[in-house]
Amino acid sequence: MSLLDMIGPVMIGPSSSHTAGACRIGLISRAVLGRAPTRARIGLHASFAKTGRGHGTHLALVAGLLGFAPDDARLPRAFEEARAAGLEVEFYETNLGEVHPNTADLDLEGEGVRARVVASSTGGGLIEVIRVDGFQVAFDGASPTLLLKYRDTYGVIARVAGIIAEDHVNIATLTCNREKRGGLALMSIQLDAPLSDHAVRTVAGLSEMSWIRRLPKVVG
Amino acid sequence: MTLEEIMNAPAPASQWVLEEDCRESGLEPQDVLTVMRDRIREMRDSVERGLKSDAKSITGMVGWNAKGLWEAEDRLNAPLLKRVQAYAMAVNEENARMGRIVAAPTAGSAGTIPGALLGVADHLGISDDDLVMPMVLAAGVGRAISRQMYISGSAGGCQAEIGSSAAMAAAAVTELLGGTPRAAVHAAALALMNTIGLVCDPVGGYVEVPCVSRNAFFAVHAVSAAQLALAQLESFIPPDEVIGAMAQVGRMMPLQLRETAEGGLAQTPTGRRVTARMEGRED
Repeated sequence: MSLLDMIGPVMIGPSSSHTAGACRIGLISRAVLGRAPTRARIGLHASFAKTGRGHGTHLALVAGLLGFAPDDARLPRAFEEARAAGLEVEFYETNLGEVHPNTADLDLEGEGVRARVVASSTGGGLIEVIRVDGFQVAFDGASPTLLLKYRDTYGVIARVAGIIAEDHVNIATLTCNREKRGGLALMSIQLDAPLSDHAVRTVAGLSEMSWIRRLPKVVG
Repeated sequence: MTLEEIMNAPAPASQWVLEEDCRESGLEPQDVLTVMRDRIREMRDSVERGLKSDAKSITGMVGWNAKGLWEAEDRLNAPLLKRVQAYAMAVNEENARMGRIVAAPTAGSAGTIPGALLGVADHLGISDDDLVMPMVLAAGVGRAISRQMYISGSAGGCQAEIGSSAAMAAAAVTELLGGTPRAAVHAAALALMNTIGLVCDPVGGYVEVPCVSRNAFFAVHAVSAAQLALAQLESFIPPDEVIGAMAQVGRMMPLQLRETAEGGLAQTPTGRRVTARMEGRED
């Protein structure tokens, strides 16, 4: 939360939590998929489902999936833009349990890739990603973020942290979750600065890695 | 960042806010000021678009109010009042028609700061360059509020959201007009204290605090209402239904918030101390 969050963001109305935040959820979800989505099934929870239409939440989520920022003038025409871009979108109402009332569950498909992202819009345009492909995560899109899917093994976290340290980048937050001991795990690392291409390649080259995504800053 | 720290900062308070924020974020002050300048220009654009347009919002409930007021005859001969009101509504109507605005601090409250700060500046012929530092102070007040309180209507109630924007605006206008850090922060507190809504919370049960300053605020509120009505603006909700809604909210409020001095300002540490002193006991 900085001064520029208080006077800002510059955005297309009408609601910072329903519109700007929703657009940023779309943007970060697109980055998790790693390419332009061709199909999206989006579950809307609580307030997103109940008051989303009037607040442009549906438009904003689609705008984000198309790569538009919250202040992009094309946001109100996001449905037409999606048709032109070959993105098929379907919305449904869902109940995600004890999560923030402004939460969306996005199931995305692109050419040969698939991703599932659950994220909340927490007010004033801020967001919190809480689930990726079924794994619990916790990152807010306010700094460059690295997502890694890997096989849970002795020392992986230390090796990744070591590569990041050698790149002279500081880790702000790190969460890991695994399906079971020795099974697949997902790590999200929020960084103070973007990692160099070389360091990203080194991390991706570790034998345990099955998937890596470099997410841009979408908040602030 | 707390209001107390801002209040005790050397003048101008905005300079302290800027340095403090940059120390934390690692940003350069110049970069923050450049973005702030852009945001003032964005606010200005949204005011201009909003004053000219009478296109309806998505729902069709609003869209023509700012233009209507702006073009109406000023029968109060109160150009400042009219300007502030019209600018504020212009931004929020742009917001409602999915136009481009600056959330400050939220989109729902985006009109208050441009209304107050740009309105006063234009009334007095002050340039946008002179608004950059007051805007930084507004942001600092917003940060201080958001440390303790939710600033979105969905989490803290509508008056938390619009009250925050009013407090931010009040501080900025105060600094713009030469007020000390102390005056600016007290302007914010006064604005905030008068947006607690239906709550009746006299300190110690005496009709003094916040009642006296509330009369000043609501006198302006009443004149504001007359200004809008004289320009042919109407309440979208029929008047009797407004009374009904107010009665409903009043009934939903716990007893502690209804002149019992058991809630709100009356139960702040200072409120409790004053009460104890009046009753001749230690709190």
